[in-house]
Amino acid sequence: MSSASADPVAALAALRAEAEARIRSAVGREALQQLKTEYLGRKAGRVTAVLKTLPSLDPEARRVVGQAANDAKAAIERLLEEADAARVALEGGTAGRDLTMPARYAWRGAIHPVTLVIDEICAIFAELGFSRYVGPEAETERNNFTALNFPPEHPALDMHDTFYLGEGKLLRTHTSPLQIRVMETYQPPIRVTMPGMCYRRDAFDASHAPVFSQVEALAVDEGITFVDLKASLSYFARRFFGRETRVRFRPSFFPFTEPSADMEVECRICHGSGCPACKNTGWMEILGSGMVDPNVFVNVGIDPEKYTGWAFGMGPHRMALLRYGIPDIRMLYDADVRLHDQFVDAV
Amino acid sequence: MNVSLRWLASLLGTDLDPIETRDRLLMLGAGVEGMEPLHHDLAGVVIGQVLEVRRHPNADRLSLCEVNAGAEIKHVVCGATNVVAGKKYPFAPVGTTLPGGVTLERRKIRGEVSEGMLCSERELGLGEDGDGILELETAAAPGTRLLDALPLADTRFVLEITPNRPDLLSHEGVARDLGAVLQQPVKLPPIPGAPAGVPRAARAASAGETAGVRVVIEDAVGCPRYTAAVIRGVKVRPSPAWLQDRLRAIGARPINNVVDATNYLLFENGQPLHAFDLAKLRGPAIVVRRAGRGETIVTLDGQSRQLTPETTVIADAERATAIAGVMGGAESEVAVETTDILLECAYFDPARTRLTRRTLGLSTEASYRFERGVDHDATPLRLLRAAELIVAVAGGRVDGVPVDVHPAPIPPTTIFVRDARIAHVLGVEIPRVDVERVLTALGCVVGPKDDRLAVQVPAWRPDLTREIDVIEEIARVVGYDRFPDDLRLFRPGTVPDAPSERLADRLRRVLVGLGLHEAITSSLGPRLDEREPMVLNPLSQEEAYLRADLLPGLVRRVEYNWRQMQRNVRLFEIGHVFHKKECSLPDEEIRVAAVVTGARRPPHWSEPEPPDYDLFDVKALLEAAARVVRPGAALAGEGSELVMRDAAGVVVGRGLEPTADRPAWAARVFGFELSVEMGEAPRLRAAPLPRSPAVERDVALVLPETMAAADVEATLRAGAGRLLERTWPFDEYRGAPLASGARSVAWRLVFREEGRTLREAEVDEALARALKEVEQRHGVRRREA
Ligand SMILES: [Zn+2]
Repeated sequence: MSSASADPVAALAALRAEAEARIRSAVGREALQQLKTEYLGRKAGRVTAVLKTLPSLDPEARRVVGQAANDAKAAIERLLEEADAARVALEGGTAGRDLTMPARYAWRGAIHPVTLVIDEICAIFAELGFSRYVGPEAETERNNFTALNFPPEHPALDMHDTFYLGEGKLLRTHTSPLQIRVMETYQPPIRVTMPGMCYRRDAFDASHAPVFSQVEALAVDEGITFVDLKASLSYFARRFFGRETRVRFRPSFFPFTEPSADMEVECRICHGSGCPACKNTGWMEILGSGMVDPNVFVNVGIDPEKYTGWAFGMGPHRMALLRYGIPDIRMLYDADVRLHDQFVDAV
Repeated sequence: MNVSLRWLASLLGTDLDPIETRDRLLMLGAGVEGMEPLHHDLAGVVIGQVLEVRRHPNADRLSLCEVNAGAEIKHVVCGATNVVAGKKYPFAPVGTTLPGGVTLERRKIRGEVSEGMLCSERELGLGEDGDGILELETAAAPGTRLLDALPLADTRFVLEITPNRPDLLSHEGVARDLGAVLQQPVKLPPIPGAPAGVPRAARAASAGETAGVRVVIEDAVGCPRYTAAVIRGVKVRPSPAWLQDRLRAIGARPINNVVDATNYLLFENGQPLHAFDLAKLRGPAIVVRRAGRGETIVTLDGQSRQLTPETTVIADAERATAIAGVMGGAESEVAVETTDILLECAYFDPARTRLTRRTLGLSTEASYRFERGVDHDATPLRLLRAAELIVAVAGGRVDGVPVDVHPAPIPPTTIFVRDARIAHVLGVEIPRVDVERVLTALGCVVGPKDDRLAVQVPAWRPDLTREIDVIEEIARVVGYDRFPDDLRLFRPGTVPDAPSERLADRLRRVLVGLGLHEAITSSLGPRLDEREPMVLNPLSQEEAYLRADLLPGLVRRVEYNWRQMQRNVRLFEIGHVFHKKECSLPDEEIRVAAVVTGARRPPHWSEPEPPDYDLFDVKALLEAAARVVRPGAALAGEGSELVMRDAAGVVVGRGLEPTADRPAWAARVFGFELSVEMGEAPRLRAAPLPRSPAVERDVALVLPETMAAADVEATLRAGAGRLLERTWPFDEYRGAPLASGARSVAWRLVFREEGRTLREAEVDEALARALKEVEQRHGVRRREA
């Protein structure tokens, strides 16, 4: 303040030069903020201090000094703004832009929920040494039924409402004909998962589709038993549904397995207390399985006295409904982009 | 099949808990699809005895009753005309909620207070009769709960029985399975009022006689056993209450005593029976034979049916009067005026019954059971029980000795089971005593034979024919939950991963990475061209053919999305297509197809309207897919389509603008389809990175519209020689000052030679050579600067 009284205009010029030099060399937002306070602060700013002396000056001096002080203030403000803009440009490259605005994406695609389920099933069984094997959807009656121990004119055929192509050809009603194909092509030990599309003469509704997926698995070797079946499928259920999942096996019937078993897990919706989805039993059927019937081994030229095996089949379409809470199986065929957009992170 | 818990309990002679029974049935392999409590809503109704009946002072058709309801005498206004002092009726006191949800209140009826209600059959949900109140013949004291006095409270199970278990299509069979676990034998309850001394059927080889009726089996394949009894003097009328209650408990409607008796036994032991009106049988005779060509019959449902020689029929002396094992004929149906009946209890061949049922499209409770196999040993015993029941409920007497025509008795099945084999399959040793206990409880006769177990199987279990069948029975009754589930070491398998699965997986990831959604569409569709295999029995003509291409199905999915007002759609599918082939399975091929329409990039505030997809985007998708599944295939433009050919020149893929039903606001749709080649993708190898500098030149050439840039580029490459590392068109221009019909395409050429720095002069020389070649071959020149 003493300098101001000596020659306030010269002092202001010096102050301005000093501020300019310091602003140019300042780095970062905080340093600029401090300089702004030091020169222009309302209480103790050095240029403000000069302005505060104005009332004590004579009118002529008040005009000249006032002009110089306001010029200095404007110049320093401009320098600070420029420096801040430069800083922003340097730091972010989005000078003057609002970073809360949405990001710029490329289109994102999604794997189909059913494929996700199939891949997960196969990946879990890969941990148990299973490879993947596939085959045609149009099949012979022999591979689809006869070789799988379906007697002709047997009521078991009613469980498979079949689309026929004529001359002993049909659309496979399950992935089980792949059991025949793989056993006629390879020698035991065999450990394969076999995904694919199957066909049954069911009209489309919320829970049925005439074209649907199945995953079949087959393990054949010496010394394989019902205990191995239970162990492998229980391992799968706990890997797929969670470590604490309760599992049970119920007797069932398939012409190509004996003993046959349906595997059920604790209802995913009510967790065992009973709800409409599980018909109040607290359990949900997940797959059908069993020990390979000796007649099937005979039909493919494997000695049933030496080899035993187990097999299962399950429906990934149904599993996808359960897993992702999709209410209607038809939604899995619509290809509605609003559904699939929800699966872009599930890759 | 519907099963009554009370009925099961009466066969086992023990009480059964509904929940426990359901869980036991499930763990024995009977699917329990439903479980319904019956009449538990009658808990508040008690036995009321009417002490006094007076006229209502203010209403002619009402009466005032004093009712002993146990603890108190109640004052009741009653509208029924059949109310009689001294009799007992169901009484619902004030506060009771009746079936249907009405709660009774204390109220005045025409000035007289009523403290409850005497109920009719219909008001209690026990039957159709709503005309009068239900008179009870019970010794129970007034005030006793109705449910304690009458056998009404029950639980109905809806069972889903697998086709291998015909024995479970009856209460006796279900009870037997339960009994095997509960260690409780099954006993058929005695029939109230059954006559004594009905003779057992006498066997005849292929023709016999009972009470003057000749019974002949001509078709022993379709009908291996036929037993019959003649009952004279029956009175057709409603059944007694116990029989009606049993039938209602399983959801069957009582009809008359003869029909109800046969239905009751059907559900008790699984044996379908048939009663003919003897007066309508000509001869009188029963001839089991094949139908004649062109023979017809009117069945019980009133339909006239054309028969074929494949069908076994029950005929009288002249014409078919029932379709064996499926349905009776209308003409010989038992009616109110019937007095003499011929009762049939037979074993019809499962396969023939199924064939007949399918040919006629007629499925009945009887055909369902014959098709799966009924007990062929018990036929005469079941005839006897049926005759006793009919006489008990409909009166009359059995005339003469019933006949059992049985041309070739079927010997019992004996199966030999090895202890070691049981452990070999099940993984656990089951003690011999447990094995014997389980099998005996199921009705088998077991005994040691050498080091094996000889198991003689009951005829009600046609599913048990081999050692493995018996092993399954042991596991089933022991309980699947009793087996451990520890993972054990395994040997690796010999089957490699399918190459097509690996390729599909990589392809899927590439296309998803390019922003496309995977679709799975139905492979059944309408007919589009000649290649599609036809389904013989489609659900509709819209789904009568197997797809020959994927793309049409994906375009339908785009149209679906358009209907949902979605403009931006990007889909791909990897799936099978089918091509018709004479005398063999269709040719089946794995394909990949994709469709894109709408904005090429997601709209963004920095670019609110990005450009739409075009054929060059699809070209990129097709090339990206081909690099995975068709390495080495060449892509060229042919007309307005992109065509991809393999090394042999065979078309393996196409990119195009498919026709679509496009709304005005939607963008054009583009797509590709490519066949996936099985086999491993070539191994990727990295090239060394260049160390010498490159020299670049840009040249713009003026091409006629009709000239392919790729042809010009090939000439440029050849002309520039080995110093040219790569070249590509980087710009295209049409318009002034170019003449119309001409365009300018600009190429960038990158020259390099590894190991040295190129001189400007040699690059210029190479470029000049290239330009000269282009001019000579195509007449194309550099664009004036
Ligand atoms: Zn539930």
